[in-house]
Amino acid sequence: MKLSSHKAFRLPEVVRTPSRFRNPIGKYRLYRTSDCIACGKCVEICPYGVHVIRKGQVFVENHYLCIGPDCPEPCHKACPVQALSVKRNPDFDALGDFRWTPDLLVSSWYMAEFGDTPPAGLEYKTGASGGGFDKLRIIIRGGKSGSEDPENDELDVGLELNRRNDNAHRIRIQVPFYGGGMSYGSVSITTMLSRMRAAKALGTFCCTGEGGYPDELKPYDDNVITQVATGLFGVSEETIQRVKIVEFKYAQGAKPGLGGHLLGDKVTPGVARMREAVVGYPLFSPFPFHSVYSVEDHKKHVDWIKAVNPKALVSVKVSTPTDVDMVAVGSYYAGAHIIHLDGSYGGTGAAPDIAKKNIAMPIEYAIPKVHSFLQEEGVRDKMTVIASGGIRTPHDVAKIIALGADGVCTGTADLVALGCLRCHNCESGRGCARGIATTDPELMDLIELDWGAQRITNFFLAWRKELIRILKKLGMTSIQELVGRTDCLVHLDYMRSRV
Amino acid sequence: MRGVRMPAKYVIQTRPVPHRFEPITRSGIIAWEEGCLKCAVCVKTRCVYGVYEHRGLKPHQMIDSIDNQCMNCFRCVQSCPKELIHKSLNPQFKALGDAYWSPEIIARLWYQAETGKIPVSGAGYPGPFSGPGFDSMWTDMSEIVRPTRDGIHGREYISTAIDLGKTHDHLMFNENGDLVGGSPSILDIPLPILVKVPPFGAVSSDTIKGWSMAARRLGTLLALPQERFHELPDDFSPWLTPLFSAEGFDPSAIPDGVRLVEIPWMEDWQRMVESLKGARPDLLISISVPAAEGMEEKALSLAKTGVIIHVEGSQDARLVDDRTRTLKDAIRSVHLKLVEEHIRDEVTLLASGGISMAEHVAKALICGADAVFIDFPVLIALECRMCKRCTKGLSCPVEIDNATPSWVALRTMNLLGAWHNQLLEVMGAMGMRDARRLRGEAGRAMFFEDLDRSTFGSLGEVEEGCEIE
Repeated sequence: MKLSSHKAFRLPEVVRTPSRFRNPIGKYRLYRTSDCIACGKCVEICPYGVHVIRKGQVFVENHYLCIGPDCPEPCHKACPVQALSVKRNPDFDALGDFRWTPDLLVSSWYMAEFGDTPPAGLEYKTGASGGGFDKLRIIIRGGKSGSEDPENDELDVGLELNRRNDNAHRIRIQVPFYGGGMSYGSVSITTMLSRMRAAKALGTFCCTGEGGYPDELKPYDDNVITQVATGLFGVSEETIQRVKIVEFKYAQGAKPGLGGHLLGDKVTPGVARMREAVVGYPLFSPFPFHSVYSVEDHKKHVDWIKAVNPKALVSVKVSTPTDVDMVAVGSYYAGAHIIHLDGSYGGTGAAPDIAKKNIAMPIEYAIPKVHSFLQEEGVRDKMTVIASGGIRTPHDVAKIIALGADGVCTGTADLVALGCLRCHNCESGRGCARGIATTDPELMDLIELDWGAQRITNFFLAWRKELIRILKKLGMTSIQELVGRTDCLVHLDYMRSRV
Repeated sequence: MRGVRMPAKYVIQTRPVPHRFEPITRSGIIAWEEGCLKCAVCVKTRCVYGVYEHRGLKPHQMIDSIDNQCMNCFRCVQSCPKELIHKSLNPQFKALGDAYWSPEIIARLWYQAETGKIPVSGAGYPGPFSGPGFDSMWTDMSEIVRPTRDGIHGREYISTAIDLGKTHDHLMFNENGDLVGGSPSILDIPLPILVKVPPFGAVSSDTIKGWSMAARRLGTLLALPQERFHELPDDFSPWLTPLFSAEGFDPSAIPDGVRLVEIPWMEDWQRMVESLKGARPDLLISISVPAAEGMEEKALSLAKTGVIIHVEGSQDARLVDDRTRTLKDAIRSVHLKLVEEHIRDEVTLLASGGISMAEHVAKALICGADAVFIDFPVLIALECRMCKRCTKGLSCPVEIDNATPSWVALRTMNLLGAWHNQLLEVMGAMGMRDARRLRGEAGRAMFFEDLDRSTFGSLGEVEEGCEIE
């Protein structure tokens, strides 16, 4: 198979794709009194298109684009009759949480609309969890910063997934991330297709999750990773042969060691058919694989995939227990190409809160542990290490790569691009009220495929652009150079001046 | 092995037990009427959860139930053409409790007491990276080598039972094969959670009775001040643990049927123990030791006489004399001391103080406790808002003292049912099938103090002129 070079790949275009809702939520709101004389001054000076003039009347049409106190030429100061004031939007503060702050949510929506990072007013790089990613900063040490021209495409952010040099496919993804598994049933077919279409446009992959491989995905076969998980829902020889990458899911970060559970309400006729199950009955994905009790058993699994589809790359998705490094090495010896570590703070599906918070370690600890252990074992360059579990921003991507990963998987971030605001009620009643994680026909209709695919495409084009900007600052020409470069990071709790 | 049957599973039956007062929610809906366009199809009628239809005003409280039904999807906020609907944070929610007994913990306990269910949610973990005490540790899971499970009520058998009392390191038999010296006095409790009447609260006789009923149904114990003992009928005695104070202590006054008593640490505790043993040789005795400097030595001296050790932290899970150390540290330290002295397996170590979430039970066990006492959670299960008005002699805003015993019992059982299931989740993920085995398994946990510095400690150097992104 011919290796596609990153230069031959044509990136998709950004197409501005606004929110599906008529009132997008921003950080600030503008208030206009009846003193307004409709002089149009605010329309003229605002570079963000917050104000519009129509039929001789001036309106605030886009509150959400206002950047607040960061604005160098504020409209409320320029207004000749002081008819304008700007205040923080109370809706904004009712959003979000420690990990996905309102700032991160709103800036992600901005990226999904514009394909670029927000100009100002929003903290789009880190959250407020007080540890891990949110305490790590990328540091540019003396004399390294290059030019910051983001249009320069000499920079390679792609990633080679097969490092074993065996007979399997040579697969290069054009961006250092791909879509993590979210099953048909847990999310709507439109959500699934939006992610697949964006993955194809971006030259990367997206995983089906454990819920079967719907026929609608056929046009994206070359960009699909199909998952083999403990419930074996919808897995057949045919689905294994259709794809280039097969992922074994041993565990997942949201509920490590607990298996999956799809509530009966979500098992609609379509889902039941796909999973070869009965409508309306809850489905358990047990834990662990009934047939795997050792690394040797695991190898048997990998061999089984290789027998069915000899060219397929095998990815092994595991959670992050104390002995995660041993698990990674075991996966290498079993013949896997990719070890995918899913940290404990991530996940998209419904899970017990006690599991999400407490079971297994955050990805920020697991990656350095696995990276150095694979190095000591002399197999680090034979294995692709993928990190997931709480990757929210391009900065998180850069940080985890500097800690030792080759690339990342995303899940919740994709949903946020589609307008998820993390109300956490994915599992209740008819499912997601915003039409993302639901199989309810009426709610599903809230998203159009073109809209969804473009939002995710824009979102990740913004990530790519930001990654390139970071790499240039670091004086690097490829994302590969960043792998394991912990010297490019500083942790705020341990910061001290070099003596 | 035909004919060998596993004992019946310990299952706590739960069912929805509605609240008597509208709970306080994190955020509220503000819907203006002025400027309303009277759209043919108002966004309020299109609410996925139907909250605008089902809203109601509770007359004695003047709280609109809408905020409790709202699921925060923001669709009405984002769709009203005149932007008349907004969500905003509720200052009353933020004011609940204190820094430790936080609004989030209180709301979570209310939910569990009402539903009996494990809190479940989608879209990942929303909280801080780590925190003090138990929030600075993670529990292990095992990828493959462990028994299979099919969800939490699957076929896997997990025992949460624990033993209270002194276990001998060996048994002696005579030539006839009979046990010499009698069998050890041990109390078998089906879950590692004992209940204690909280230090404050609008607690009436009915409240105490409700908790006792729950303790009896659950097979656990309710510890209560000795002076409240007479408020209950005699048939509750086996599930009650009188807490004696040093003054006015009269061992002969211990009602029949009581199996465990507790006395506070005092210099001449041995004399007290002897008089208790003299009056009631079969009685188990626990001595509460404040989590403070010197607790390890005190624990060791108690251990040598087979007394149950109860390490008591502050109400916010700290050492009582050192705010920098937490109950987690206290349990680990006492446990390790007993291990070093080769006596750990013979004695019972209980812990209490600030146990506020189900995970604290599992983590306290991993740190080395056999079981924990919980206090405020069973009060919060009764809708307590931790406002502490009762400590000032003011009336309880949720009238806990007027709640019926059966409502108190059901809410308490719901809470402990949810906690029990969460303990099963944590143990299941570890591949651990017996709570007795969980005790002291620090190797099956990950500690912030070990991981953070070893991972990030070397990532601190900055030199002049460098730029931080």
